[in-house]
Amino acid sequence: MQLVTGNRLRDGAVVYFAGAGRWSPEIGAALLVENDKAEALLAEAQQGPAPLPAVGIELIEATREAGHIRPVSLRERIRAFGPTTGPMAHHRASETARARS
Amino acid sequence: MYRYDDFDHRFVDERVAQYRDQVRRRLAGQLTEDEFRPLRLMNGLYLQLHAYMLRIAIPYGMLNATKLRKLAHITRKYDRGYGHFTTRQNLQLHWIKLEDTPDILAELASVEMHAIQTSGNSFRNTTTDPFAGVAADEIEDPRPYAEIIRQWATLHPEFSFLPRKFKIAVSSSKEDRAAVKMHDLGLYLRRNEQGEVGFEVLVGGGLGRTPYLAQTIKPFVARRDLLSYLEAALRVYNRYGRRDNLYKSRIKILVHSLGVAKFTEEVEAEWLASDREAVALPDTYVSEIASAFTPPSYNRAPWDEAAVQRAIASDKAFARWMKNNVFPHKVPGHAVVTISLKEVGKTPGDCSAEQMDLVAELADELSFGEARVAYEQNLVLPHVRREALYGLWKRLDAAGLGSSNIGQVTDIICCPGLDYCGLATARSIPVAQRIARHMAEKEDLVGKFNIKISGCINACGHHHLGHIGLLGVDKNGEEVYQITLGGDAGNNAAIGTIIGPAVKSDDVTRAIDTLIGVYTNLRQGEETFPETYRRVGTAPFKEALYGPH
Repeated sequence: MQLVTGNRLRDGAVVYFAGAGRWSPEIGAALLVENDKAEALLAEAQQGPAPLPAVGIELIEATREAGHIRPVSLRERIRAFGPTTGPMAHHRASETARARS
Repeated sequence: MYRYDDFDHRFVDERVAQYRDQVRRRLAGQLTEDEFRPLRLMNGLYLQLHAYMLRIAIPYGMLNATKLRKLAHITRKYDRGYGHFTTRQNLQLHWIKLEDTPDILAELASVEMHAIQTSGNSFRNTTTDPFAGVAADEIEDPRPYAEIIRQWATLHPEFSFLPRKFKIAVSSSKEDRAAVKMHDLGLYLRRNEQGEVGFEVLVGGGLGRTPYLAQTIKPFVARRDLLSYLEAALRVYNRYGRRDNLYKSRIKILVHSLGVAKFTEEVEAEWLASDREAVALPDTYVSEIASAFTPPSYNRAPWDEAAVQRAIASDKAFARWMKNNVFPHKVPGHAVVTISLKEVGKTPGDCSAEQMDLVAELADELSFGEARVAYEQNLVLPHVRREALYGLWKRLDAAGLGSSNIGQVTDIICCPGLDYCGLATARSIPVAQRIARHMAEKEDLVGKFNIKISGCINACGHHHLGHIGLLGVDKNGEEVYQITLGGDAGNNAAIGTIIGPAVKSDDVTRAIDTLIGVYTNLRQGEETFPETYRRVGTAPFKEALYGPH
C-alpha cells in the first residue's frame, strides 16, 4: 500500500495527503491506498492552485498495523516520528501520542 | 578578524532584500519550486527530512563573541535550540521554517555573516587551520589568504556555475590541521630559497564515491600570483570538467583521467597565456587584509605556572583535559584550548544555544572575543592565559563542554546521517554514540585514535580518512556499515581500505572493539594506528573480524 507525503512549503514540516486538497502533519490522517490506486492519488495531491501547500511530493510505501499507519522504510519512519536520537528524538511520535491522549 | 567594509555591507544587505522578495513570490505562488530551489540553495537553504536546513557560512571557521551570540539567538528563536557544526567549519540548523529565513539572513547580516555559497556548484567555505595565527609552527598566518580567496571566490562571475562544488583549504603549519589533501584545491604556505612566502598548490583531492588525495601541480607559486594561478586551474576545470555525469563532475575525476602531468601542463599553459596582472596580489593589498588579523594585545606579564601545575596535580579530570585539549601557543603564558563537542553519548558536533552563549562569554572574558570552529566539529578558544585554564575548564565542564577527548577514540567525526539528512542512506549519530559509550573507558589505553562515520557515500563524515572509517549503507532495507582501515587526514594523508563485508548495525561496536583490540595488541611502543597498520597490513585485522580464511 502507498500514501503521499511531502514537506509543508512554508515551514518544511512533514505532511501527508489526506484527500480533498487537505494535508496533515499526522500520518494517521493520510490516505493509504492499494498500489494500483497510488499514481492516481499522487496526481490528485499535485493538483490545486499555486502554490501547492507541500513540496517534494512523492509516494511512499506503508502498512496498516493494528489500526496505525507505519511507513515501510526507516527513512520514512524517521520523517514520520522524528530523529531516533538527540534533543528531538521521536518528537513527532510523542506529539502524536499527546494529541491522542 | 576581517570586518565588512561598506561594499560588503551593501552587498549582503542587497542579497537579503533580493532573497526576501524571492521567498515572498514563492509563498505567493509566483515562483514554482523548480524556479525557487536554485535561489534558496544559493542562500544555503536545503530541504531535508524534517524541515528546511540552513547552512550558515563561517569563513575559515572564524567566529567572535558577537557572531556566536547571534548564532545562539537564531538557534533559540528560529530553530529548536541547538545547531550542528560541520566538517566544513560551518553551522547547520535543521529545523528552519522557510517563512523565517529572510529574517534569519537579515539577523546574520547584522553581524557580518551570511549563508551564500554554502551550497551549489561553486566555491564552498575556504577552510584553514583552527590554530592559525597562534600555532608556533606556522610560516605565516594563513587567514589573510583564506580571506583573499573568499573575496575573490564570492560570486565570481566566471566560476559561479562550475561542473560541481569546489572546496579549498589553506594550511601554513608543519602539522596539517586542515586536511588539505582531501580538497579539490589545497594550498600549503611555503618559503622558497630566497625566503619569500608562496604556495604549494595541490589539486584533485576529494572524498565521496571516488576518493582521491590531492596531488601537487606546482611546488611554489609566488604570493603575487596566487589568484592568477587559481584562476588558471579553475579555468581548466571549468572547460574540461564533466557536466554530463554527476558522479564524474568533481575536479578529482578530471585530474585522474587526464593524469596530473597533463592537467598541470594545461594549467601552466592557461596561466602563461592569461592576464596575470589583472588579479595580481600586490604586497600592499595583502598587508591591508592581514591588518585585520593582527595579534591581540597579549598580557605578557609573568604567569603563575606553579598554580597551574598544582591544579593538574590535584585534579585528575583537569589533568586529562590539559593533556588532551590544551595546545601550545606561540606567546608564552598562553594556550590554545579546544572545546570538545563530543560529550560521550551526545551528538558529535551539536551545540546548544546555551553552550554557544557560554563559549561567547568565555571568548570575551578569556580569549580576546575570538572563537573558532575546527573541521573535526569542535570549537577553539585561541588565546587563553594559562592561569585561567582551570577556571575555564570548570565552567565548560558544568555546561557539558568539559570532555577531555580531543584526538581520542571518542572524538568521532560524524555527519547528521539518516536522522536528518535527505541524502543519507543510514544513520550515523546513534552508531557514533554507541561506539563512544563503549570505548570511553578504554580511551586512555587506546591513545590517539580517530573514527569517522558517514551516513552515505557523499562522505561528509570523512570516513575515508578515519583510522577506522564507517560508511552506512542501506542493504535491502537494513542499515549495514562498511569498514575502512588506515585512513589519515594529516601530513601522511591516506585513503582507508575496505577490509571486508559490511557489518550489521548491532555488530558495529563489537567490530570496532575487535579492530582496536588488534591495534593495541600489535602496536610497538608509541606507534600510532596508521603506523601499526602500515607495518602489519590488513591481515590480522581481517582475521580478527571475519575469522581465518
